[in-house]
Amino acid sequence: MTTATLPAAVGKYSEAFASFAEANSDAPEWLKAVRSQAWATFSELGIPVKRRGNELWKYTDLRPLAALDFEHGIGGSVSLDEIKAAGPWDDAWDTVVVVDGVFSAELSNLQGTAGLTAGSLAEAISSGTGDIETQLASLAGREEYAFTALSTAFVDDGAYVAIADDADPATPIHVVFVTSNASGSRASYPRLLVDAGANTLAVIIETHINLAESAQLSLPVVEVFAKPGATVRHYRVQMENELSYHLGTIRVHQLDDSSFNSTTFAVGAVIARNDIHTQLDAPGASCTLHGLYMTSGTQQQDQEISTTHAKPHCTSKQFYKGILSGKSHAVFSGKVVVERDAQKSDATQKDLNLLLSRGAEIDAKPSLEIYADDVTAAHGATAGHVDRDTLFYLQSRGVDEEAAKAILIRGFAAEMLDEFKPKALYEFVERVTDERIPVLLAESDALGTA
Amino acid sequence: MLEIKNLHASVLDIDDSEILKGIDLKVGKGEVHAIMGPNGSGKSTLANVLMGRFDYVVTEGDVLIDGNSILKLRPDQRAHLGMFLAFQYPAEIPGVRPWQFLKAALDSKADANGEDKMSVRNFSKLFDEKIEAVGINPNLVKRSLNEGFSGGEKKRNEMLQLEVLQPSLAILDETDSGLDVDALRIVAEGVNSMRSPERSFVVVTHYQRLLNYITPDVVHILVKGKIVKTGGPELALEVEKDGYKQYMAEAEVNA
Ligand SMILES: Nc1ncnc2c1ncn2[C@@H]1O[C@H](COP(=O)(O)OP(=O)(O)OP(=O)(O)O)[C@@H](O)[C@H]1O
Ligand SMILES: [Mg+2]
Repeated sequence: MTTATLPAAVGKYSEAFASFAEANSDAPEWLKAVRSQAWATFSELGIPVKRRGNELWKYTDLRPLAALDFEHGIGGSVSLDEIKAAGPWDDAWDTVVVVDGVFSAELSNLQGTAGLTAGSLAEAISSGTGDIETQLASLAGREEYAFTALSTAFVDDGAYVAIADDADPATPIHVVFVTSNASGSRASYPRLLVDAGANTLAVIIETHINLAESAQLSLPVVEVFAKPGATVRHYRVQMENELSYHLGTIRVHQLDDSSFNSTTFAVGAVIARNDIHTQLDAPGASCTLHGLYMTSGTQQQDQEISTTHAKPHCTSKQFYKGILSGKSHAVFSGKVVVERDAQKSDATQKDLNLLLSRGAEIDAKPSLEIYADDVTAAHGATAGHVDRDTLFYLQSRGVDEEAAKAILIRGFAAEMLDEFKPKALYEFVERVTDERIPVLLAESDALGTA
Repeated sequence: MLEIKNLHASVLDIDDSEILKGIDLKVGKGEVHAIMGPNGSGKSTLANVLMGRFDYVVTEGDVLIDGNSILKLRPDQRAHLGMFLAFQYPAEIPGVRPWQFLKAALDSKADANGEDKMSVRNFSKLFDEKIEAVGINPNLVKRSLNEGFSGGEKKRNEMLQLEVLQPSLAILDETDSGLDVDALRIVAEGVNSMRSPERSFVVVTHYQRLLNYITPDVVHILVKGKIVKTGGPELALEVEKDGYKQYMAEAEVNA
């Protein structure tokens, strides 16, 4: 006897999708097709609650998420001061602000930088800017992945950033996704499309801040196209409130000699996932994926990091660091696939964790799948505690145990913090780290020392 | 200043692991004492026990500073009393810059003793002066504490901390080993310039070499956890010439 079970939680989104589709019936045909195809994919998959036999969600229990109801299409208002207080900010940056999924011209700060097109995604869609029709949802949303599918089904507004060939905007482009403090639990689908022209240099900071006090769902999707010779330095700051769910996706397509560097700072949400895939699709492309995650309480932070070496002479580097306390949990799943043609590939993966308590758990699984024969590759993952000899060294100089631990944790994080190059960004992540360390220490125990 | 009375110490959680087997030692204010002895005789253990390291237990005896027992004090509290240990093998601490760490150390000492903290400006000045004094490469101290430092650089960095923290009792555990002649001279000059009627030194060393530059007031020979002979600087020369053999025999007889 077989029992047909409906994919989890599809019903919770179907009404919202129906009314969204109806309200947007005048959208371009290509976009409507993208949405309905994505919805079809999601309705087959549902929220992934099955863990056994499911590599992607083996260590992550999404049943609490699947049980929640989220409202759609409700927006609130925020002030510039609130945004500045909750995330990194520099007046010199070109800033695109998206509140509850909707671009805000009023809060954005765009200074007409030469070669830069930045602003509303909805507007770029309606005016058919650049290659948007072929690019949007071409990297994310057509795959068999529930969250990009659900997010793409509701794709509407967000941020669009294009850098013209040979342009070199010296200042960072900051994209801020804000969840306002409007009441209720709401779903939002922040979307960013980056089109980096040939031989450009673009610095893009993607910030997620959450001013609400209740559980929110955020399913951000970022697509990056790096043309030949483009250099994209991407930073991601994830500052959700501790009740929220944040399952973000970044998909990057890289052409000849392009380079994509991404550094993530993840401290928020009850369950958060940073799912990055870079496709090294032409010779000479390289990517460096970095991140620092810190978890306390019952938080969970997942890093799902994958790179495909599709062509020869490409380089990829994955390096993440985590600091875990309380009963928190982190997953590092690093994957590198080197395809048959991708000779002379160079790939490294590393994940280092500092566990401060008995209850903290890290599941790290770096993996290499290599089908070419001339490849340099290395991978490793460690989970360690605060070292007692080192503690004694610091204490012998007059620093008490608590302060010595804080110094060691800060030292562990330093290498990643240093990756945040723009000054105001560095200062922000440094400040948040310094504020977070006492919280982590308060939930640490003797077992976190070895 | 420092008084060690019949000190016995073992390794924590290991039965029958007594390393220090009844040490008596008195170091007066302003004195420099050298402790010499063969490998494994307990010199580093003594230094670490004095500083309050977690993996040793004192089973008998006492250690007094200015007449007060310090055995119940934590390492940081001992540091606040003016004690300092220059490690034989200093820890490597990634991501921690010596500047920040030393400022934190100085601040907590000031806090504990109810003194004002040094301003960042004055501290920077002091720090730069001391960097020059110990001849450490200024670029090094911008890096992580001891990480990737050569053996000699680590020892110079210990001297830098000694100079900045200005302790009243400095214990140097083989700060001379692994140093070239120039570095050795710098260590010796550092100690000599800091010698004062208010400051005492316990210098653990294998070699007479360092004692050519630092003239100790008293030399002790430590063998198998016991001080088997105490004398003046000439004792170091004797060791240099004849080795520890004769004292080993004495230790056997005493055991
Ligand atoms: N934590 C420990 N656990 C186990 N054994 C120890 C420990 N510390 C010291 N010992 C042992 O105690 C003895 C004395 O060691 P110690 O390091 O004090 O010698 P030392 O005189 O400093 O030697 P060296 O000249 O080589 O530096 C050695 O046999 C050593 O192996
Ligand atoms: Mg020793």
